[in-house]
Amino acid sequence: MSTRLRTSLLLAPATAWLLAMLVLPLVVVAVFSFGERAAAGGYSAAFTLENFANLGARWAAFKNTLMLAPAGTLMCLIIAYPLAYYLAVKVDPKWRTLLLILVIVPFWTSILIRSYAWIYLLGGQGIPKLISTLGFGNPRLINTPFAVLIGITYGYLPLMVFPIYVSLERLDKRLLEASADLGSPPWRSFLQVTLPLSTPGVATGCMLVFILLMGEFLIPAMLGGGKVFFVGNALVDLFLQSRNWPYGAAVAVALVVIMLVTVTAYMRFTRRWAGGRDDVSLM
Amino acid sequence: MTNRNDFISREKFMAELYRYKKGSVTRRYFLGVTGLGAATAVLGSAMPGLQSAAWAQANIGDRVVLATWPNYHDPANFEAFTAATGAAVDVNVFGSNEEMLAKLQAGGSGWDVFVPTNYTITTYVGEDLIEPLDLSKIANYDAASYNQRFAGPGTVDGTVYAVPKNWGTTGFAVNTAQLGSNPKPTTWKEFWDMTMADFSGRTMVHDYQLTTIGNALKYFGYSFNSVDTAELAEAEKLLIDAKPHLFAINSDYQPSMRSGDAWMTICWTGDGKQMNRDMPEIEYVLGKEGGELWSDFYAIPKGAPHMDAAYALINFLLDPAVNAKESLFHGYPTADARVDALLPAEVLNDPILYPAQELLDALEFGAAVTLTDPNRAELMARFKSA
Repeated sequence: MSTRLRTSLLLAPATAWLLAMLVLPLVVVAVFSFGERAAAGGYSAAFTLENFANLGARWAAFKNTLMLAPAGTLMCLIIAYPLAYYLAVKVDPKWRTLLLILVIVPFWTSILIRSYAWIYLLGGQGIPKLISTLGFGNPRLINTPFAVLIGITYGYLPLMVFPIYVSLERLDKRLLEASADLGSPPWRSFLQVTLPLSTPGVATGCMLVFILLMGEFLIPAMLGGGKVFFVGNALVDLFLQSRNWPYGAAVAVALVVIMLVTVTAYMRFTRRWAGGRDDVSLM
Repeated sequence: MTNRNDFISREKFMAELYRYKKGSVTRRYFLGVTGLGAATAVLGSAMPGLQSAAWAQANIGDRVVLATWPNYHDPANFEAFTAATGAAVDVNVFGSNEEMLAKLQAGGSGWDVFVPTNYTITTYVGEDLIEPLDLSKIANYDAASYNQRFAGPGTVDGTVYAVPKNWGTTGFAVNTAQLGSNPKPTTWKEFWDMTMADFSGRTMVHDYQLTTIGNALKYFGYSFNSVDTAELAEAEKLLIDAKPHLFAINSDYQPSMRSGDAWMTICWTGDGKQMNRDMPEIEYVLGKEGGELWSDFYAIPKGAPHMDAAYALINFLLDPAVNAKESLFHGYPTADARVDALLPAEVLNDPILYPAQELLDALEFGAAVTLTDPNRAELMARFKSA
């Protein structure tokens, strides 16, 4: 059997899967986006650009997503980096596995249940009550953009921790010794050796979290009280409530285009930032 | 059906019992292969007292999927159904008829029984999404004992597609302990005005176009069912103005009302009753301008995967004794005189369940056109994504 034939046979399942589960649905979505809403809702064949012309009516959803997805990614990064650094570099190796498992443990419970827990934590009888008992005013948390930010940061944190952890854990300790031998104080070794060498992990973690956040709908729906709307929520609404599938398809196409543009720009940027390294991201 | 002359050895019986206990085979398979199901059926038909139990053993499967509304059933009744039939009840909760229609239009919902509201049934019939009912399988449904005003919409062109579950009203609930210097609101105008003033950040509206748009229309004195573009535009302006003052847009408002995060909400009869029962300061109000009077039904969607279980569940829930328990639990009245006969007088005189005639007179049944009107659908979607 030729190598070439073997390769194509090995790739056949993945190719079939991608064709059936990704390419085909995308084509359907693209076709639907030019159609019209049927009388009782749903799709009726047509060719119109009206759905795209109306995209402005969902501007608020795009704006919320484009603000909160990067903000959530940044929050995850700020919290995850020190944590990953501690786990990879500082902690006694005999505790390391246990601590890594603790990072994963929340994933054992459905995000739905955990978001419900946040509803009570952020509601009037939870953290705000504690804050007001301590005499710091009477803040409102639940159903605000801030509550959604807390929820998405909490939900996606492990996805940021692991890529950074892996890149830090693989770091060659001899480089740090060399840096110290050459007279660098620890902070300088960190900035000039550790940080640059961990950029692949940072870039991968940011990409993972950002892409998933752009399509998020559950956490905004639960912690935003239907008031902090992501594009994902607009899509759920268009398909499951107002049953305007063509308009929903147009919004979905717009989201895909925005993701392609931002992710491509981001990859260009991180590649330059990391000095043209090829292994910067998994994508 | 199992051949009753089948012979099963002791060893085989024990092996099958063991497989059943391990969960490797279903109860239905076990009863079939061992002949126990047939034996029970024979015994049952021989002894009239066991008839219902025999029917219950008659292989309806191990589950039935019910799509319904929040806080709308007594879980103890489902447990009793499962104990009697072996079929577990999977409950899917929905906050709007639109959501139910969307799931059925998309196909493959997997539901056996669902709970549509009066005004939606003609659309389900028109879209061929609903099964005509075989009333011989719902012995507990006695058309003569039902108030026709609430049972009528289940019949379309002489065919019965749905049997009545409960009826009720859509008003609002207000936590009177938070009123301050405000008088207790009695109109939809006050509902919206207070939302944009002293109750800012404390009001909830349904995630449901019919009631949220309908009661915004009531602010201006228009029909709850209006599809007039100029009237809808006014309602939309009110909704957009009120949105920053809302606590949330959600049809499951009890948790927030009970925790004190929300002080006022658009509310259905039973939720109003349930909250008032536990926290008397939460009162249920019907807006003087009117609002919605509704009647919900049990129906079976086309292609229900467990058709026998669907009929069994509907029949079980319409048993007047079971239905009375449901009513006492969730606080929605039924239209069945046999159920009323079982309810205590204080329930039958409860002003939340049975409002005064002049308040009822102002209410309207939802109109079929609101379910499919593209303007109302898009207005609601715009309001939410604003």
